[in-house]
Amino acid sequence: MSGDGVLAAAASDVTGGQRGLTVALFLVFVAITLYITLRASRQTKTAADFYAGGRSFSPVQNGLAIGGDYMSAASFLGIAGIIALYGYDGFLYSIGFLVAWLVALLLVAELLRNSGRYTMADVVAFRMRQRPVRVAASVSTIVVSIFYLLAQMVGAGALVALLLGISSDNDTAKALTIVVVGLLMIFYVTVGGMKGTTWVQIVKAVMLMTGTTLITLLVLAWVGFSVNELLDRAADRSGKGEAFLEPGLRYATEASGLTGKLDLLSLGLALVLGTAGLPHILIRFYTVPTARDARRSVIWAIGIIGVFYLMTIALGFGAAAFVGSGAIAEQNPGGNTAAPQLARSVGDHFFGDTGGTVLLAVIAAVAFATILAVVAGLTLASSSSFAHDVYASVLKRGEAAEGQEVRVARVSAFVIGAVAIVLSIFAQNLNVAFLVALAFAVAASGNLPAILYSLFWSRFNTSGAVWAIYGGLVSAVTLVIFSPVVSGKETSLFTGSDFSWFPLDNPGIVSIPVGFVCGWLGTVLSKERDDDRYAELEVRSLTGHGAEGAASH
Amino acid sequence: MARSKARGGSTRLSGGQQGSAAHYNALRDSADFRQLRASFRGFVFPMTAAFLAWYLLYVVCSAWARDFMGTQLLGVVNVAFVFGLLQFVSTFLIAWLYARHARSRLDPLADRIAHEAGALGDGRGGAL
Repeated sequence: MSGDGVLAAAASDVTGGQRGLTVALFLVFVAITLYITLRASRQTKTAADFYAGGRSFSPVQNGLAIGGDYMSAASFLGIAGIIALYGYDGFLYSIGFLVAWLVALLLVAELLRNSGRYTMADVVAFRMRQRPVRVAASVSTIVVSIFYLLAQMVGAGALVALLLGISSDNDTAKALTIVVVGLLMIFYVTVGGMKGTTWVQIVKAVMLMTGTTLITLLVLAWVGFSVNELLDRAADRSGKGEAFLEPGLRYATEASGLTGKLDLLSLGLALVLGTAGLPHILIRFYTVPTARDARRSVIWAIGIIGVFYLMTIALGFGAAAFVGSGAIAEQNPGGNTAAPQLARSVGDHFFGDTGGTVLLAVIAAVAFATILAVVAGLTLASSSSFAHDVYASVLKRGEAAEGQEVRVARVSAFVIGAVAIVLSIFAQNLNVAFLVALAFAVAASGNLPAILYSLFWSRFNTSGAVWAIYGGLVSAVTLVIFSPVVSGKETSLFTGSDFSWFPLDNPGIVSIPVGFVCGWLGTVLSKERDDDRYAELEVRSLTGHGAEGAASH
Repeated sequence: MARSKARGGSTRLSGGQQGSAAHYNALRDSADFRQLRASFRGFVFPMTAAFLAWYLLYVVCSAWARDFMGTQLLGVVNVAFVFGLLQFVSTFLIAWLYARHARSRLDPLADRIAHEAGALGDGRGGAL
């Protein structure tokens, strides 16, 4: 999400009444979540409470929370925006983000719930030498989470400023928004732990689904519930005709040739394989009593997320049809305001001026809640990993007292949050949208090979795990640094110089195989193997015999 | 909560208890477990290969088979939309099939193994 280029005219679009209503709704959401967090803090006593919410959430609750954790502003505003501006291509994102859940359902969720306790590293380090593997897993967790956090927080700064009608040139206002978002997320995590964070995500998921369903129904009602009519109008108004309803306007354009097509394939691979390696998603599987509940929660999540991504079609094409690509691009060149603008248009159409104002304020509040729930999940994942993997297992060699470990987790949530705030303020005028795709690429290249080899390959060992994680992480990040997203194009992060030599924006097509090959090579180059521990892991992961139970209080 | 801090991931059971490796090896080699693993892998591995191939076919068509994807089927609804919606359908279908397979085939076996393992005296909570 980029905030630059928002015209001053956009600010004048926002009326005083609408701004007041938006602020009021923000405050209501904040008040509710602060109350929930304080309540959750009273029930957060043990490490299992802080890291895994006492493993006591129901499958429906966790399914909603997974949706709340996963459907970021990049999904809600980003996909609707890409569809509104470029038509069909935005849909490619929706499909990758959804199909990815099958990897999590079939190969990861239940086995992880049965064999781990709090973090991704619990599973990867199960039969390994603890220190090198946990350090590697923690580094990867923190890097992925910080990338994702930066993208969300910089986006939040631009977005909230826009929705409140503050000019995008006003860096102080954006920085202030980033600080407020950062402080709230730190509060949710340090005070409420996993319980507080989960409830924030549940509230957000309900708000997001309700808001999106409402707008979708109104859009469909406008066209007499004819999808054909909707698409027809969108294609017409886009000025691009039928091409608007076909792939190729945004990704793999004819002008970009083979490079563009490979780039699209590379993006598709990272999306479908990244989800099951995202640390903030993985830790959600620990919050239910059993592996079967983890399965049920993923199935709920697939239903919720699937319906949501179907509705992004109506949002995107609705915005193209009723707001118009031109008016959207004028507000935000990335299209991130398509959904809020659509809310105003359908509100105006059905309920008059006041209706438009109210709907816009509602959708703005939903977007704010969306960002907060995701950044809280990311902060929790990285601070859990630091406290449980680095502090307790590496620095204290497994001898840390439980209370001390949780204190460290709280302090690291504060530190990571503070770092994210500072980095986001520095990055607030940079185009950091690529960081979401990069987080998926790193998760697919480093974390996923390590998790899959751990669960399914008896020979896998310490060296293989370390090679897989660092190999995938380093190759994905290095390729992006030398790609056109960082230098060499007008849209690059740094426009002044050109040191790019890797032609693709997305590294996955190279870095994912590199991660898997590194994991294999590292394994066979080391003699270590622990068949007894693999027997235990296999039995435990498939049967739940010996798995961590739910907290009993 | 678990007390032993022996080896990270697993604390409740292994923790260097005598015979635990033999216990798990015996479970792993039991007929029930071998059947469970075969039934699990026999479902998830081919299914993963299938949905990944199906998804990649969609991505490849989006990049390379533009004319095919642009073919109109119903009004302005073209192959690209139908193909995309079929990805949703297949995802929901596979999730449902897996849930059914797990409920009818995997869960009863896993329960039996966990129950027998408990009866061996090294089960959940038994030794601690």
